[in-house]
Amino acid sequence: MTSDTEPLTWHAIVRQALKDNDVRLVTYVPDNVLRPLIDGLHADPFFTCFPTAREEEAVGIVSGAAMAGMRGIVLMQTSGFATLPNALASLAVAFQIPVLLMVSERGTLGEFNPGQAIVCRTMRPILDSMGIEHHTMSRLDEAAFIADRTMRQAFATRWPACLILSPLLTGKRS
Amino acid sequence: MTESRDNLHVMNRAALTKRLADRLTQREAVIGGIGNSNWDLWGAGQRPENFYMLGSMGLAAPIALGVAIAQPTRRVFALEGDGSLLMQLGCLSTIAAQAPKNLVLVIWDNGIYQITGGQGTPAAAARTDFVAIARASGIASSQWAADEAEFDALVQRALTTDGPHVIGVRTDQEPGRNQTDRDPIRFRESFMRAMADKVGTG
Ligand SMILES: Cc1ncc(C[n+]2csc(CCOP(=O)(O)OP(=O)(O)O)c2C)c(N)n1
Repeated sequence: MTSDTEPLTWHAIVRQALKDNDVRLVTYVPDNVLRPLIDGLHADPFFTCFPTAREEEAVGIVSGAAMAGMRGIVLMQTSGFATLPNALASLAVAFQIPVLLMVSERGTLGEFNPGQAIVCRTMRPILDSMGIEHHTMSRLDEAAFIADRTMRQAFATRWPACLILSPLLTGKRS
Repeated sequence: MTESRDNLHVMNRAALTKRLADRLTQREAVIGGIGNSNWDLWGAGQRPENFYMLGSMGLAAPIALGVAIAQPTRRVFALEGDGSLLMQLGCLSTIAAQAPKNLVLVIWDNGIYQITGGQGTPAAAARTDFVAIARASGIASSQWAADEAEFDALVQRALTTDGPHVIGVRTDQEPGRNQTDRDPIRFRESFMRAMADKVGTG
């Protein structure tokens, strides 16, 4: 929910885009950057929001729900995305199920952990290799447009899609 | 019902899948796990409410959980091999935490990765008890089926009482009796169409 008194934040924008696209199911393996988004989703009765043990499991849950008429999204960190190629390729892509992914991007723009930096470099090539459209959200003024249009297209074309949250967007004060 | 994996009658997956399918009269959804689990589901008679996994080893129960959350008035079964469940044990905690009343997980425990050549699983070597794990994960209604009659009784209970339920079955090492078509788009479309026809309350 956005109001005139509160400054517009990236997570308020994402939450509104999810509502506008009737995405009610949110599954996640947490990441610190995602915290304000996750907190807001838990607090909002519009959403069914819960953590899973693994990101693959979350893709399975959202796939099942999508086929049964409830739209969903998986929230994760870059490292979580790196566990997903098999589940995405053999389930979401092979069956053409519109599973939304949102990745908080770690491993770039000042990363201190070499492991994270290397994992991060695998993400876009993996998405490209499966033809999964992805957009990196880096500016507040573009965030609503990118989030809404990406979700809309995923459901219209029955194909998974990935929104990547750049530190350029999330690293500023929220 | 039966608490421990010891002294269980060893049953046949294809025969029990047929037994289960014959009891489904309310357009229950059934998610068949990778390989033999969905091949024997295919062989038990094709229903539009069946979803046949092609890959995504270990995700039968999570997919079923998603269906169960989206449609609380429809009962949803996941049929999963022991090797597959072993790969995704964390999903038992997720299921317990969400506690969907309409979800049933059937575990086919043949002790091997049958379809890849019959190699023993680490769980079998260690005598791991999947039903005990399910119960310890927080799914109170988790039982082994001692024999066919008890399987029928557990399925009946799963169809008529609140879950989530887990039914463990020790199975023989026979391969799946059929092979599912490899046609994911068709499966998804027919499954989605079947799910769009909602099941009423009660
Ligand atoms: C992630 C992943 N690892 C390995 C495989 C190869 N694989 C396919 S089926 C299978 C065994 C499945 O075992 P189980 O679930 O116990 O069923 P069973 O074949 O015994 O009926 C394996 C290892 C795979 N498809 N995916």
